[in-house]
Amino acid sequence: MATRDEIKFLSNPTIGGQRKKYCRFKKFGIKHIDYKDPDFLLQFINDQGKILPRRITGNSLKYQKKVAIAIKRARHLALLPYVADLLK
Amino acid sequence: MRQYEVTFIVDPVLSGDEIKKTAKTYNDMISKEGGKIVNEDNLGLKQLAYPINKRSSGIYFCTEYQVESGDMIARMELAFRRDERVMRFLTVNLDKYGVKYNEDKRNGLIGTKKKNDKDEVKPDPSKKPPYKDKKAKPRATAPATPAPAPTPAAAAPAIATETITATEPTPVANVKSEEE
Repeated sequence: MATRDEIKFLSNPTIGGQRKKYCRFKKFGIKHIDYKDPDFLLQFINDQGKILPRRITGNSLKYQKKVAIAIKRARHLALLPYVADLLK
Repeated sequence: MRQYEVTFIVDPVLSGDEIKKTAKTYNDMISKEGGKIVNEDNLGLKQLAYPINKRSSGIYFCTEYQVESGDMIARMELAFRRDERVMRFLTVNLDKYGVKYNEDKRNGLIGTKKKNDKDEVKPDPSKKPPYKDKKAKPRATAPATPAPAPTPAAAAPAIATETITATEPTPVANVKSEEE
């Protein structure tokens, strides 16, 4: 009988395990998203300037809506572009 | 008393005095209408993400104020629209979290790599995920204690001779205890 230590796999069996996705606002207790902070908002847009979906960013619905509003305000104030190319 | 925040962009081609006068006009308008100015901010010259009125940069001003009735805001926005020196403006009603955020920002509690748990905007970068891969170079992983590090190193090359692996762990352990 092979003991657990002796079994060798070609690739690590823990590979492919999902990383636990969480809403970073809920986890760290961030209540307000500032639209005047484009560096923070860059995390939530892709390289074309489009807002990333919730399933990618892991945000809860409440904070995804706040993020979207903040990004749209930043776009109005020309802190973020509406359309972009190779933003990141 | 509601707290509002207005951000407006002034044309950069004006002289410095003109720009200051423009900002002062609107701040005075707020206080004249009975508003209490909480904070005035000149964010300075910034590059615009897209051209506005054929200009590629602008001077940003941000004013936070409290006012009893909200109808002066409509008058102020009308003045913004008429003024040719102001390119864009945005008035925002701040909720209690927004008020607290701005207060903390003024007191310097919000910033990158600060150790305060509650007042951080960005997550604490010192919270690294636990590094589980022990087979990688044991010297690199700082949190790993000396005890587990030599044992995988000895177990992994099971085919290798005992003498070589016996000498290996002890220098590693010494280095690790020095590091810590």
